[in-house]
Amino acid sequence: MTSVTYHDVRLMEPSKTQNYLNVDYGFLSWLLTRDHKRIGILYMISISIMFILGGFFAMMMRLELLTPEGDLLTSDTYNKFFTLHGIIMIFFFLIPSIPAVLGNFILPLQIGAKDLAFPRINLLSWYLYIIGAFIGLFVIIIGGVDTGWTFYTPFSTQYSNTHVFGTTLGAFIVGFSSILTGLNFLVTIHRMRAPGLTWFRLPLFVWAIYAASIVQLLATPVLAITLVMLMVERVVHVGIFDPALGGDPLLYQHMFWFYSHPAVYIMILPAMGVASEVVAAFTRKKIFGYRFVAFSSLAIAFLGFLVWAHHMFVAGISVYSAMIFSFLSMFVAVPSAIKVFNWTATLYKGSVSWQTPMLYILGFIGLFTIGGVTGIFLASLAIDVHVTDTYFVVAHFHYIMVGGAVMAYFAGLHYWWPKITGRMYPEWWARVSALLVFVGFNLTFFPQFILGYVGMPRRYHAYAPEFQVLNVMSTAGASVLAVGYFLPLCYLLWSLRFGRKAGPNPWGAVGLEWTTPSPPPKDNFHETPVVTWEAYDYPAMLKAMGETQNV
Amino acid sequence: MTEHQPQHQVASIWMYVGVFLALLVGTWLTVFAAVHDLGILNTPVALAIATVKAALVILFFMHAIHSTRLTWVVIIGSFLWLGVLFVLTFADYLTRLWAIQ
Amino acid sequence: MSDVTPPAGEHAHHPFLQHHFEDLTQQHEASTLGMWMFLSTEILFFGGLFLAYAVYRVSYEAAWAEGAHHQNLLLGTINTAVLISSSLTMALAVYFSQLGRRIATFVTLGLTFIFGSVFLIIKGIEYHAHYVEGLLPGAYFTYHSPLAAKVELFMVFYFSMTGLHALHMVIGAGLLLYFMWRAWRGDFGPEYYSPVEIMGLYWHFIDIVWIFLFAMLYLIGRHH
Repeated sequence: MTSVTYHDVRLMEPSKTQNYLNVDYGFLSWLLTRDHKRIGILYMISISIMFILGGFFAMMMRLELLTPEGDLLTSDTYNKFFTLHGIIMIFFFLIPSIPAVLGNFILPLQIGAKDLAFPRINLLSWYLYIIGAFIGLFVIIIGGVDTGWTFYTPFSTQYSNTHVFGTTLGAFIVGFSSILTGLNFLVTIHRMRAPGLTWFRLPLFVWAIYAASIVQLLATPVLAITLVMLMVERVVHVGIFDPALGGDPLLYQHMFWFYSHPAVYIMILPAMGVASEVVAAFTRKKIFGYRFVAFSSLAIAFLGFLVWAHHMFVAGISVYSAMIFSFLSMFVAVPSAIKVFNWTATLYKGSVSWQTPMLYILGFIGLFTIGGVTGIFLASLAIDVHVTDTYFVVAHFHYIMVGGAVMAYFAGLHYWWPKITGRMYPEWWARVSALLVFVGFNLTFFPQFILGYVGMPRRYHAYAPEFQVLNVMSTAGASVLAVGYFLPLCYLLWSLRFGRKAGPNPWGAVGLEWTTPSPPPKDNFHETPVVTWEAYDYPAMLKAMGETQNV
Repeated sequence: MTEHQPQHQVASIWMYVGVFLALLVGTWLTVFAAVHDLGILNTPVALAIATVKAALVILFFMHAIHSTRLTWVVIIGSFLWLGVLFVLTFADYLTRLWAIQ
Repeated sequence: MSDVTPPAGEHAHHPFLQHHFEDLTQQHEASTLGMWMFLSTEILFFGGLFLAYAVYRVSYEAAWAEGAHHQNLLLGTINTAVLISSSLTMALAVYFSQLGRRIATFVTLGLTFIFGSVFLIIKGIEYHAHYVEGLLPGAYFTYHSPLAAKVELFMVFYFSMTGLHALHMVIGAGLLLYFMWRAWRGDFGPEYYSPVEIMGLYWHFIDIVWIFLFAMLYLIGRHH
């Protein structure tokens, strides 16, 4: 430890009132901005709208499933709703959620940079997202699409007369938004770190975003070209993937899952990064086993590419390759478990404070563990055959994506809200909503594990009457969950005007993002910071606090 | 993960011309090999010559040979990932009939 | 010939230094790394097509050979040589821009553009021949043979791969025009040549893709 501590940097900061929000005004100053912070806000608004839209489709499905008969929606409408729910939530909400909103805003601050390496490409990414989203919305208005979010052939070729072309075009374009965002982050992390900020001094959020960006860069193009081939097939009617024309639907599934399995890690790796930040900040400890947590992100990013065909065990792939994929799938559990154990070890004897971000992250750790362990079930060949295409699978991936990624997004949103807006959210309401989300989530999805195990198939709008009790529980849970998600929308907007002023570091957390005013000035730092401390150096900070008594 | 300063060396014109001639020879060689029956070797030879030509372009025209270690990681990583895509997909296709035979 | 100094920090107020970079070295390293990473995305983008091609080539070897026989080997070989020549002139353009030789940079970029255009014109002639022969997949496919259905699949890959490649060439040619203008204006020199260098990386990548496409679409199966 050298003599310069984290606190010295903060005291050197002159207090200025000009920040990225009031530096200039007007619509165009936002739409043409190259400031990563403003682009982060643009993403936040866009994905929130998509989240509400995707949530609407989910709610309609749950209402339909309240009764065994298909009485609220026709089966065709139901098909469209689960398809649109999946496409919107995955491509337009989860993939961009933590990277494009929190990563965009926080990552340059965390590494002491003035901006991302390519600010114009960053803005281009957002425009590509918007173009993709508008195509998606246009498709919804003109009649929707009913192939399932996977666009499996032959649903997407001969059996579908809905708007497959437009939807895949939208997904294709939004894919390039994701690629360019990942590329921007990778270059930024390599080339824009502040002096002294070595790799092993980086916050774990940066490591996590780095790993997710690798996946975005190397997996997304394969999906893009697959969708191009799907579109070509629909135009010229030559069998690439369509069995009726002599194509091979399994080739489509291979290429689709080469992207879409790693895509899960695009969602969950940044969530893990948020968990590391929040756990350290609210236990006042260094993350236990920093290097293991850092390298486990890279390990997950790599191993995630070796397991894709576990989505295809019953589809007719070779049994020998199925065994290999099943075996490899088990390996992903190792780095994931390393993370969970290390967070738990960090909690041990920490001075844990129960602020809202911490509540969300504690929920995240538990729910992610359940989602991960049921993933092991599904990766084992025999059990997978039993539960394929049942609600067991639905419950499993919602525990990862909603219980994991969305919980962590909300944790990060609350944790960095004071930095983003300069205002505190109302703590009491936020805790209530965290609790509602946790309870509502479990009530929604835990019954679905049981439903799936006893044999209720997914993707039908009607079901056998004996499944009704658990379905009613699930729909009730979804209502609680909806309230839990609606509350933050209200109180966060309220806090923009009425929230308490946050100050630069309301949590007493370490990390470069907390050394600059809230909201940050346009160029993030008045002087380029020089880093001389390790990540999460809470012991040194607490010691310094004891000596100077200035907090 | 220390990163070297890239050396912005300016190579000589003759190096570029030499690589260019090698690529032309490679093109002639691959066409020559393609129109003669080499048994099962036709496809491997065509792909091998293409790989050598691509390697020449990457190493000398794209200056990979003077690049940072990080650039090498990016190049090798990309082909490694492409290899994963091919190997694991063909692990299915090439073993699919084993159980039936 | 190694007397060129690297872009250095003391030129911190260079007109092309963007404000969020500390110096031109950092800016140069960021942009070249960005282009390399973009190319790794491109490798997997084309790689998906290559995979599908390979899977069906294993299944339909005879049809693939028949399809390859309908390619014009002479034009394909000439086009390969043209593209290799354009790579040479592109490499020379980077070289001259590093030395700050304005006219030479402009001329070599121009030659690259011309070679690229010649490639596209020859490609167009080939496309026209396929159309006349009834090998255009879809409604105009009139080719007759016992293997016609799978030859059509080959032609789908042929047009997808060469079409995607040609699209990259068109984008590259547009960028070349832009950089010719900038070279003429005298933007590039020993301190600042990154745009020409990353343009070169992109152009050479297109060349590499073609080297493989030439082998896969024109040569493999030719000996039968």
